[in-house]
Amino acid sequence: MNLMLTVAEWLGDPQQWSGPAGIPARFLEHLGYSGLALLIAAAIAVPIGLLTGHTGRGGFLTASAANVGRALPTIGVLMLVVLAVGIGLTPVMVALVVLAVPPILVNTHEGVRGVDPQLRDAAQGMGMRGHEVLLRLELPVAVPLILLGLRTAAIQVISTATIAAYVGIGGLGRFIVDGQARRQFEMVAGGSLLVVLLAVLVAVLFYLLRRLLVAPGLRRRTPVGR
Amino acid sequence: MGDQPLVRWDWIASHLVDPIGTRLLEHLQLSITPILLGLLLALPLGVACVRWRALYPPVFTTVNILYAIPSIALFFLLLPYTSFSAWTAIIPLTVYTLAVLVPNVVDGLNQVPDHVRQAAEAMGFGPLRRLVQVELPVALPVVIAGLRVAAVATISMVSVASLVGLGGLGQLILTEGFRRQFPTPIVVGIVLSVALAFLVDGLLVLLQRWWTPWTPRPARAGGRNRRSAAASTAAASSAADRPAAPEGRRRRA
Repeated sequence: MNLMLTVAEWLGDPQQWSGPAGIPARFLEHLGYSGLALLIAAAIAVPIGLLTGHTGRGGFLTASAANVGRALPTIGVLMLVVLAVGIGLTPVMVALVVLAVPPILVNTHEGVRGVDPQLRDAAQGMGMRGHEVLLRLELPVAVPLILLGLRTAAIQVISTATIAAYVGIGGLGRFIVDGQARRQFEMVAGGSLLVVLLAVLVAVLFYLLRRLLVAPGLRRRTPVGR
Repeated sequence: MGDQPLVRWDWIASHLVDPIGTRLLEHLQLSITPILLGLLLALPLGVACVRWRALYPPVFTTVNILYAIPSIALFFLLLPYTSFSAWTAIIPLTVYTLAVLVPNVVDGLNQVPDHVRQAAEAMGFGPLRRLVQVELPVALPVVIAGLRVAAVATISMVSVASLVGLGGLGQLILTEGFRRQFPTPIVVGIVLSVALAFLVDGLLVLLQRWWTPWTPRPARAGGRNRRSAAASTAAASSAADRPAAPEGRRRRA
């Protein structure tokens, strides 16, 4: 209980809430790195996934990328990239993007691939051309899976960005690293709680996005417990 | 790293047993325990969720919220209570496996065809015997599919535990490699971790073939294209992420 009190005290200390090393600044830094990495990864993975899903080629490649990506230990990748390229924002971005691409890629690919062939036939029968089928049928139907991929990637990027503080960039991980170095547990725990908060916020954001972006006709397809 | 080669084989040769071997064993222990514990907890939880349907939504939401929490944060938050024991890693990792395993147990049990259930009943099976001898074996492929995802995720996540100082291959990466600016242990750590994940995954596939010989095997030899590959992973995704989520439950950092 005592521990909880010191953590609450640390979180409530006005000193923590201002300046370039304060909680708001670190929170925004963390959000910035994660958001940027996710955007870059999405810009790479979504078009490729749409294309491979639409043409039906490269399924094996995306599945393999996902399997390897799933098995890779994040901290190893991060530290290897940093050793190779040096400390700074770029290597961290590279590592974060490398880790975020596979889930987005695979889910986009499978989302487009999984469109009911009858729907595709119907779209073609209505006179839609290839790109129209992709943009007006396959993309909307794939949105739930694409969002799932983005959410998985986002949560992973947020955790990895925490670790990135070990290789010298800012963000909420700094509280954990600095707190460890100074043996101030309240700082470590406070930083951890903030990371948890950010992850939960992002999960809620994706829940809202799902409500917003998924076509009404598709929404009822999520039975609970089947 | 400059003039240094990426992999120095002489270092690997002279450090094969310690630290490489010891760290690998630690890694194995830190990952197998949560997987087994998770299965042990997920089976009764899943059975209960199928038996009392109202239980499933709250259980499902809870494990999913816990799953969203970055592992490094959970490790540090547990540290004052469990100190530097293996439990600091085992408890959060077990919780993460539940997010994959519970939905799969529930889905697996729900997929048992009604006529199979009725046949068992007609043969005089009581509820418990029916569960153990009929329903669970029929659900096994889906449960193992979940176990595969959980195992691979856990094995890669254990590396993060080294930041808290709990050992495993992450410790090799961090203390031998990164702190000394020496890439070889990092490469060794990554390769061994991925190899371990694939090995356990392969063993689970074999186990499933051996335990459930009646399930059709995926056609190999070039024919194992996207649909069958996707189907096996899709079975491992959670119910809320339907339709078919091949990459839903990924491990995190």
